[in-house]
Amino acid sequence: MGSVSLKYKSKSGNLTAPGDVDPGAMIPITTTTLSTNTASVTFSDIPQNYEHLQLRVMARANVLVSVRNITLQINSDTTNNYYRHYVVGTGASAVAGSDAGTVMFLGNATGTDYSSSAFGVSIYDILDYSNTNKYKTVRCIYGQENNTNGQAAFGSGLWKSTNAINSITFTTEGNYSFMQYSHFALYGIKRAGA
Amino acid sequence: MPLPSTMTPIATNTLTSNLASGVITFSNIPQTYTDLVIVAVGQGYTSSSYGNLQVQFNGDTGTNYSSTELKEFAGTASSSRRTTQSYLFATSFLDAGSASLLVGTSIINVFNYANTTTFKSTLSRGNLPGFKTELNVGLWRSTAAITSLTLTANDTPINAGASFTLYGIKAA
Repeated sequence: MGSVSLKYKSKSGNLTAPGDVDPGAMIPITTTTLSTNTASVTFSDIPQNYEHLQLRVMARANVLVSVRNITLQINSDTTNNYYRHYVVGTGASAVAGSDAGTVMFLGNATGTDYSSSAFGVSIYDILDYSNTNKYKTVRCIYGQENNTNGQAAFGSGLWKSTNAINSITFTTEGNYSFMQYSHFALYGIKRAGA
Repeated sequence: MPLPSTMTPIATNTLTSNLASGVITFSNIPQTYTDLVIVAVGQGYTSSSYGNLQVQFNGDTGTNYSSTELKEFAGTASSSRRTTQSYLFATSFLDAGSASLLVGTSIINVFNYANTTTFKSTLSRGNLPGFKTELNVGLWRSTAAITSLTLTANDTPINAGASFTLYGIKAA
């Protein structure tokens, strides 16, 4: 079978010939998979040419608990600009709450109380991240399971800044390291015509 | 040259007639993606409000699955667990009842499905208009790469018109 030369969709949106390809709206930007335990993971120099960001995270923390909050800081901002609301299902009840501080508590990692093969999973959507006229909103679904325990949660976060987001740093609550095989993938969601 | 797209449709099954078995299987799943996403839209047949959409990976019928559910139903938020199951509860699946135009939607995320080091985790969102909204986290206690998955609706048949699409997401 011969090779096919692919032509990508132009900004005008026209696909004009057989073999033309629409590259789609969700673009992989960068990925980090940890080969050793690591204190934090930072995505820096985030391109500004997307409409939204999505982060898909699989994480385990080096602390003897079943679950640990993941914390985010944006653009290295260490001031009290972060807020969170959440509803978490513990398996027995639904619990809601909110908090504020110098980090955004959102997403989760399993701890070493769980099987070493079980990781917490989190999907973050950061909307209009490059806009300089609005505060930044993050929504997240996350959870972890170990057969004997589990939690599922909805969360939303606010970074009270109008700055465009150009870096995101993940740590864990209490700064316990992320363990080997933890996986962090950043994607950009394009706007129309981009 | 633009960066490559990352959310790629792998296969779609749209029912042209009622599916008596209630079973949809995706096999020979390519191992070239990072995550999988299954989008299911449709309804089961019985007159009750809803049934379950369940998943088994690689034909594993052992009691290797568990899940935790967070849901709103009838105005109340609650949570429950399913442990040591022979299937993974993904979401609820709407039944036709008296409202045949209502369809439920299920979006099932499967993380790092091709790796052979970790157990496989899922995050699933279910929306059942008029009944329920939910989030489920699931675990398949196996380090095997996922090469096939079977979706089963326990209220059968699945009505004609339902669609099931498997996507692959590839990280950078």
